[in-house]
Amino acid sequence: MEQRWGLPLIAWPSRLRPNYWDLVALPMVLGVIALIAWGGLAMSARYQIGQVLAISLDPWRLPEYALRTVLRMACGLVAALVFSLAYAAIAAKSRRAEKILIPVLDILQSVPILGFLSITVTGFMALFPGRLLGVECAAIFAIFTSQAWNMTFSVYQSLRTVPSELIEAARMYHLSSWKRFWRLEVPHAIPSLVWNMMMSVSGGWFFVVASEAITVAGQTIMLPGIGSYIATAIVQRDLAAIGYAVVVMFVVILLYDQLLFRPLLAWSRKFLADSSADEDNIRPWFLIVLQRARVFELVQSGVLEVNRIIDSGLAALARRRRAGVERQPRPEFELVFNIALLGLAAAAAVWIVAFIHETVGLSEIGWVFLLGAATAARVLILIGLASLIWVPIGVAIGLRPHLADRVQPIVQFLAAFPANLFFPVAVVLILRFRLNPQIWLSPLMILGTQWYILFNVIVGTTALPLELQRVAQNLGVRRFLWWRRVILPAIFPAYVTGAVTAAGGSWNASIVSEVVQWGDTTLTATGIGAYIAHTTAEGDSARIALGISVLCLYVLAFNRLLWRRLYDLAAERLRLD
Amino acid sequence: MTVPLLRTEAVSKTYRTPDHLGRLVLDHVDFSLHDGEITAILGKSGSGKSTFLRILAGLVPPSEGAVEYRGLQVSEPVRGIAMVFQSYALFPWLTVLGNVELGLEALGVSGGDRRRRAVNAIDLIGLDGFENAYPKELSGGMRQRVGFARALVVNPDVLLLDEPFSSLDVLTAETLRGDLLDLWDDHRIPTKGIVIVSHNIEEAVEIADRILIFSSDPGRIRAQIPIALPRPRSSDGAAFRQIVDQVYTLLTTEPGRDGRRGAKPEPIGIGYRLPDASVQQLAGLIDTLTEAPYHGRADLPHLADEENLVMDELFPLIETLQLLGFANVSGGDIELTPLGRAHANADMLERKQIFAEALLKHVPLAAHIRRVLDERPGHRAPATRFLRELEDHLSEEEAERVLETVINWGRHAEIFAYDYDTEVLSLENF
Repeated sequence: MEQRWGLPLIAWPSRLRPNYWDLVALPMVLGVIALIAWGGLAMSARYQIGQVLAISLDPWRLPEYALRTVLRMACGLVAALVFSLAYAAIAAKSRRAEKILIPVLDILQSVPILGFLSITVTGFMALFPGRLLGVECAAIFAIFTSQAWNMTFSVYQSLRTVPSELIEAARMYHLSSWKRFWRLEVPHAIPSLVWNMMMSVSGGWFFVVASEAITVAGQTIMLPGIGSYIATAIVQRDLAAIGYAVVVMFVVILLYDQLLFRPLLAWSRKFLADSSADEDNIRPWFLIVLQRARVFELVQSGVLEVNRIIDSGLAALARRRRAGVERQPRPEFELVFNIALLGLAAAAAVWIVAFIHETVGLSEIGWVFLLGAATAARVLILIGLASLIWVPIGVAIGLRPHLADRVQPIVQFLAAFPANLFFPVAVVLILRFRLNPQIWLSPLMILGTQWYILFNVIVGTTALPLELQRVAQNLGVRRFLWWRRVILPAIFPAYVTGAVTAAGGSWNASIVSEVVQWGDTTLTATGIGAYIAHTTAEGDSARIALGISVLCLYVLAFNRLLWRRLYDLAAERLRLD
Repeated sequence: MTVPLLRTEAVSKTYRTPDHLGRLVLDHVDFSLHDGEITAILGKSGSGKSTFLRILAGLVPPSEGAVEYRGLQVSEPVRGIAMVFQSYALFPWLTVLGNVELGLEALGVSGGDRRRRAVNAIDLIGLDGFENAYPKELSGGMRQRVGFARALVVNPDVLLLDEPFSSLDVLTAETLRGDLLDLWDDHRIPTKGIVIVSHNIEEAVEIADRILIFSSDPGRIRAQIPIALPRPRSSDGAAFRQIVDQVYTLLTTEPGRDGRRGAKPEPIGIGYRLPDASVQQLAGLIDTLTEAPYHGRADLPHLADEENLVMDELFPLIETLQLLGFANVSGGDIELTPLGRAHANADMLERKQIFAEALLKHVPLAAHIRRVLDERPGHRAPATRFLRELEDHLSEEEAERVLETVINWGRHAEIFAYDYDTEVLSLENF
């Protein structure tokens, strides 16, 4: 009996006999286990600050560096997964916790990811003295921050929208709350969680590359990985090495796409309540291997068994506690809780201002705000320019469904490719043609994030019902009128999503794209990203805090004043249903 | 006397509104389900019948009163009571077998036994061959069969059915209903009692040994109709038709608003739960009633049958016609008033005028909105202003629905205008 879709939640022992697919799968499982062991050893290697880890530009060392980079990414992803489930579960179940956790998440989301790196690296290094693990942790933490927040939001949203009849059914059939979480709430969350996870990993390549070569307090620490390889190539002005790195990165992302992204997405569709629309989707080859091979079922049933043991343990605990009387929420307590929260927030604000003001004068704070405005102007102008270019192209592609099917995976791929790999090329060009770095460094910000605009415009265009297109033709709506009345309103919601993602990515990229090096030449564009990069290199914690706080305020202001309003407008007026 | 399977004593339910005023949904409901009995609950929207079923299930705690299952207090879902849901409530990521097994698994039934019982239940309900299908592969009727199999596999004493056939088309519903009744009548399932909430009068008369009719706002048991006819019951029989008529009469005449007894209808207030009826449907029904074969007067069961209208569609229309003074209902018959006939014979502009006058005269909410707009200097008012007033009387969702309804009526009658983007009501353009 063949088992469709692999059925991860129920497995039959009788089916666990090995088959041919295991010939492919077993080496892979063992390989992963060995990789984890090797990576763990390498990460915990001895290390003293000031010691220089030699990065070789020999292209044959690149596969090893790539593995280290991928491993870092995987660690960040696992941490983000655990964090998102726990955090979202608490926020969704406790009304009181929700009051703090969700706004906190919203703020965290707008903190630049490389800012987290600047803040935390010294702390992590102190945590593991004499070992490389501290720096590794800081890099992994930066990757974690690039993934955790939107994954958590997606899980939280899903937990809040479990259909009430399903909850009632689970209660009627006496599922314990542990079981309910794993059998109902998590499966319900999976489709959007997997989508967000995969999007985050795509975006994460940029940060993993950027976070491997860290400059703290004048010291440059290079973790073995592709990012450090590129940093070394930049210092040594080796364009060929950069070419090799680009090729290897290309292969890594291709493998990630084939071995993780597509199989996971196809698998997650099984958790949708109604997926009749995409029945004709072809199952990715790697998913078939996973589902046919018995060894994976063995792993599954092991996990399920652990889950079952935890459940019965918890059930025993719950029985012991059941005797208690139902607690009534007390309004006075609520008031005290709220006041305590406000007090805490006020104290934190005062402390931050005091900390920054101790070393930084008022005029510099004003200056930093001006720098923020410069970067904001860059972001806005670039989003505008990218829209002017990609909206017409995206519409043209979207109107040709066959072409769109082929282009979309390519665009996804381009979005995943870490644009910082191409920064050196830009520097070489700027130097060669003696261009003004204030202007010509700016496009780097949007180099990697413009694809979100293109991707979403294509999606939005293909979603336009054929009937509406035909009606427009029938009424003779053409050219300018067609753009204004038909296609632009139709793609607006999708476009806003793309533009928000692109803008967020550009703010993040500003930290690495406003200061770019080539050998001993450094090009700087005036902006808050450059300010943060400089202060991080100098290890000036008060100024790092100032820079990141101001950048955060700008991102928050943009989100509230611009993007959220556009979102609301799109949701209210221009939905296609 | 033996202990009833299920018993409620003076069960009331109050939902807390945002401003801490309670909203009474169920008011002192006394009910017993006896061994071997199928009870159907009928009522218009707002009768709390679905809430009542959830209280019986232990899913919703009553605000007052108590529920007992075989003499034991029910405060959470208990073993022995199973439920079937209106929209199936199947877990999309589990196969048919997985869904059916889930309830057994939670009860701690072990592997082999669990498998055997699940397969038996699937066979019993006629789903053999679909064990490994996912719910999304199945049609609605098949999905609801899975819902039944999942409920029956735990060998429940009591089966609670929440409009189980209302998401299905007529033919599918009839087949499934027939299969369930066969299982019940032949004692092939261990279930000893069934409570079904329904919105289909004929369905209730076809299967129930007793029908409870709930009145609305708040929900109370208004009448109980025992049905002693032997099953299977033919829907054409005289006795069957008589009971259907009786149910229609009870459902269409609120106590105190019964035209036949000549009592003056109780005036309705601003917070009245306006029925969910569209202007187009109202006009259509008036036209239908004017023409042959009705000529202004129709038997409601007959009308529902001929025009293919289920209770949830027909009753709001009828109530609106009564409310606006376009028709009178008594003894299960509907008759157009002279005003209703005038509406039918008028042209489009005159219809609007008749409708506007009726609206301002009989619907206090519409009159209130118009008055407020007249009094304000700019003749404009935000919709939320009225929404908040409605929320004093109705739940948030209902308040929104009622406001939407009255805005639609008012726009059609051109007694006020509404701007969707700004959510402002006004007297513009008149």
